[in-house]
Parts: sequence; C-alpha cells; structure tokens
Amino acid sequence: MFAYMVAVWLLLVGLYGVITSRHLVHLVLCLGVMQASTYVLLLAIGWRAGGQAPIFADISSRTPVVDPVVQALTLTDIVVEATVVAVLLALTVQAHKRFGTCDPDALGALRG
Amino acid sequence: MTPRARLVLGLGSLAALGALLLWAVGGLPDFGHPRGPYADLAPKIMLDERHVTNAVTGVTFDLRGFDTLGEELILFVAALGAAVLLRAQRSERAAEEAAAAEERRGPATTDALRALGAVLVGPVLLLGIYVVVHGALTPGGGFQGGVLLAGALLLVYAAGQVAGVQRVRPVALVEIADAVGAAAYMLVAIAGLVFGVAAMDNVLPLGTTGSLLSGGTVPVLSVAVGVEVTAAVTLILSELVDQMMLRGRE
Repeated sequence: MFAYMVAVWLLLVGLYGVITSRHLVHLVLCLGVMQASTYVLLLAIGWRAGGQAPIFADISSRTPVVDPVVQALTLTDIVVEATVVAVLLALTVQAHKRFGTCDPDALGALRG
Repeated sequence: MTPRARLVLGLGSLAALGALLLWAVGGLPDFGHPRGPYADLAPKIMLDERHVTNAVTGVTFDLRGFDTLGEELILFVAALGAAVLLRAQRSERAAEEAAAAEERRGPATTDALRALGAVLVGPVLLLGIYVVVHGALTPGGGFQGGVLLAGALLLVYAAGQVAGVQRVRPVALVEIADAVGAAAYMLVAIAGLVFGVAAMDNVLPLGTTGSLLSGGTVPVLSVAVGVEVTAAVTLILSELVDQMMLRGRE
C-alpha cells in the first residue's frame, strides 16, 4: 500500500515541477521524476510477499517469485524514458541556441 | 497566463488528480499478492519451455519479444533524432577547426581522476560484456550491459582523455554498430517467420538449462540489443559532450 502512495506522490510532485518550471533542463528532469512513479507502480503491482527475484540460476524452480512480466515492462519503461530525455535535451540545446533562453515562458510565442 | 494564475490553477488540478489517484489505489491488487495468472505462468514457461533461468530477460526477449523490437527501434530513432538535432547546429559553426585542435589537448583533469578512469575502464568493459552475454542466466541482459559498455566509454571522457574518446569512438563505427544491432534484431524476428510459425518464434535449439547458449534466440537477441544500446547511448552522450565542449569555448 505504501509503495502505491509513493507512486502517487512521485507523479504529483513531478507534475508540480513541470508546471512551475523556469528552465527546460529542470522541466525534463521533472518529467523523469513523473516517469519514476510508473516504475514504482509496476514493481509494486508485481511484488509478492516473501517472493524471490525471478531468476532460477541458484534457487529451486518451485520457490515463490515476484512477477517477472511487470519487471520486463519496467525495463521497457526505463529505456523509453532514457530516449525521451535524450531527445528533449537535444531539443533544449537547440532551443537555447535559437532563442538564447531556456525559460519555457519566454519560448511561448511563435517566431518565424 | 501569469505565473501566479498558473500556479493556482496547477495546484487545484494537482489536488483533484491526487484525489482521483488515491481513489484508484483502492482498486489496485492487494500489495504483495499479484493478481494476474502470468506472475506464476511466466517463470514456469521460461524455465520449462525455453530453458531460460532469468525470467525477466526471457519475458523481455521471448514472450514480449515483439514489444522489445518496437522498444529497440524507439531507441534507434531517438539516437538518430538527437544526432540530427545536435549536428545541424554543430555544422553552423565556423570555429570547428579550432575546436578540433583544442579537443586533442583535452580539458585539464586531476591525476587522481585520470588514474581512476584508466584503472576502471577495463573492468567496466569486462563487466558489461559479461552482463550482456549472461542475460539469459543471471541478472542482466542487453539493455543493462549495453549501458555499462557505453559507461566505460564515457569513463574515458570523464578521465579527461577526450582525445582518447575521439579515437575510441569513431562516429561512423558507432553509427554502423547502432544499425547492425537494430537490423540483427529484425532478422531474428523474421527468422521466426521463415523457419518457424510466426514472427519472433524461438527457432534456435534451446540447449541445456544453465549453459551459456541456452534459451534459443534469447541470448542472440540479448547480444543484438547490447550492441545497439552501447552504440545508441555512446552516440547520444558523445553528441551532448561535443555540444558541451563547443559551448565551453564561447
């Protein structure tokens, strides 16, 4: 239960950061915090009380383990987040070069 | 909208969203008791029908292999996008020749950092290769090992040997490795169509559980992803590092 609350908190606090952000790099990192909430949520859903890691290299095949499917989903999630951050940071560099500022408010108006 | 009005509106919306999320938490499975049948089935299928001891890697590269194909292509396209965005800018600069001369010298770093970097590069490279090839057996896999391998290259940079990075990371080679990793994954997916019954079908011999080549296509895909992730992460990081060095001279 506590882990679900942590996921909710991470999503809300990350979104608060995105809303109030004054710098694009800060904004991208806040987006990362939001996405971290999905990792916590996925892993919490798959956790089994007393379960081992789902790796049978040195445990019996009958040992109760946590859900490996959500762990694989979390892996996908992390990779997608890394790619999103990479492209957004590249766009931030480009925006700073074009407009001389990283303040999202100053970038609001369209310029030809 | 003024920042103040946005803050008020934002806080109101966050409170409403938080209330909805807390309501949703009430409907989630009891903590510690996964509800779906796959929590029990997936490890069993991996162990009995695929001879893979690491169920997470097994799910990633076999049961959900098709999703991972998409995931890998996302990474491929993102590396491409970051490179295109950052390079367009680099070519605008007339001072690139001067920059190259400065890159060869590299920024000054302390001897301690330099020595630590030199000592760690080898072990980190070895660890990365180990994690990639043992993905089907023990914790790890192509994604994790690939990031480690790219980290070893970044370590060369962190130790201040930027000139070394320029030598270790010929851009053309990294780009080719990126494409080869993505293409290898596609070919294994198509091999399922040609030699099996469906795309991503596990058509290779499964081997003995616990041996390096067990799991059929799982270790092959793990290595393909390892190559692709190493190249993509190196490409993205080195493009950003180039930007930083261009900026430092202004």
